[in-house]
Amino acid sequence: MSFDDWLIFLHVTAAFAVVASVTVFSILVVLARKIDRPAEAVAVFRIGDPATLLVQAGSVAALGFGIWIAIRSPLYHPWDGWLIGAYVLWAVAGACGARSGMAYEKIRKRAKELVAEGRLEPSEELREALRTTNGRLFHLITTLSVLGLLVLMIFKPGA
Amino acid sequence: MLASFHPTSWDVPLFLHVLGAMVLVGALLAALTAFALQWRPAVEFGATLRRFAFRSLLAAAVPAFFAMRIGAQWIYSKEFPSGSGDDPTWVGIGFMVSDLGGLLLIAACVLAWRATKREATGGLARAATILTGIILALDLVAMWAMTTKPS
Repeated sequence: MSFDDWLIFLHVTAAFAVVASVTVFSILVVLARKIDRPAEAVAVFRIGDPATLLVQAGSVAALGFGIWIAIRSPLYHPWDGWLIGAYVLWAVAGACGARSGMAYEKIRKRAKELVAEGRLEPSEELREALRTTNGRLFHLITTLSVLGLLVLMIFKPGA
Repeated sequence: MLASFHPTSWDVPLFLHVLGAMVLVGALLAALTAFALQWRPAVEFGATLRRFAFRSLLAAAVPAFFAMRIGAQWIYSKEFPSGSGDDPTWVGIGFMVSDLGGLLLIAACVLAWRATKREATGGLARAATILTGIILALDLVAMWAMTTKPS
């Protein structure tokens, strides 16, 4: 395996980590909608913890290895139009992903507080928060941005 | 920089293949995490976590597997039209992993479904966890083979 093969493998692995994590969050967003028991919400939100680490490490690694490949490749340059578009989408995905994460973390914190107070019965406040949080909108923008990134990486418009 | 050098006619099947594989890995990760969390002693809402794992497998992993596999066959027909000789090793690895992974995914779904019917965690959930972990490991092998293309 050449050094360039390793770079591509690491870049693709990091990209897999990002999309896989966004998939985990999407499943959580959809399946957590009907949760109203605080302890249940706390248990289910834990599923996202490994994905949170993966998406943070993966997004930085995918960008870093991607730029490295572009510098080494005679076919591409880091300032190519489709790569500039990818940087923009990467930034949008990162910013909106962080906002979404913060919104859901707030709900998780509230669920933990309810559990600590011994209020284990179904909570209308929790159900409403999960249904109406703006974290869903930010997650949707993140998902579309990541999908756009994948389109750019595969189709390479203008390359 | 996925798939650096290829004709543009491969773009759509490649996109379907890669997106399917990425979502498959995510769905397996969600199921594996949920299974692993419900193993812990005295865990509350173990049944919820088992249901979550089953739904992740059925509603996300299975459709993603089909997208990945259809994309793979589609791009294979373009890259290696019939009569083009023996397949390279990495193609063989890919087919072996996806076929075995598909069978294991069906088995994991059935086990996970049966586990949702139980009050407590047990052998079924444990077996589903192990199978899900094996599929995820196989997918990593496939990812390595697809990107580095060992001949």
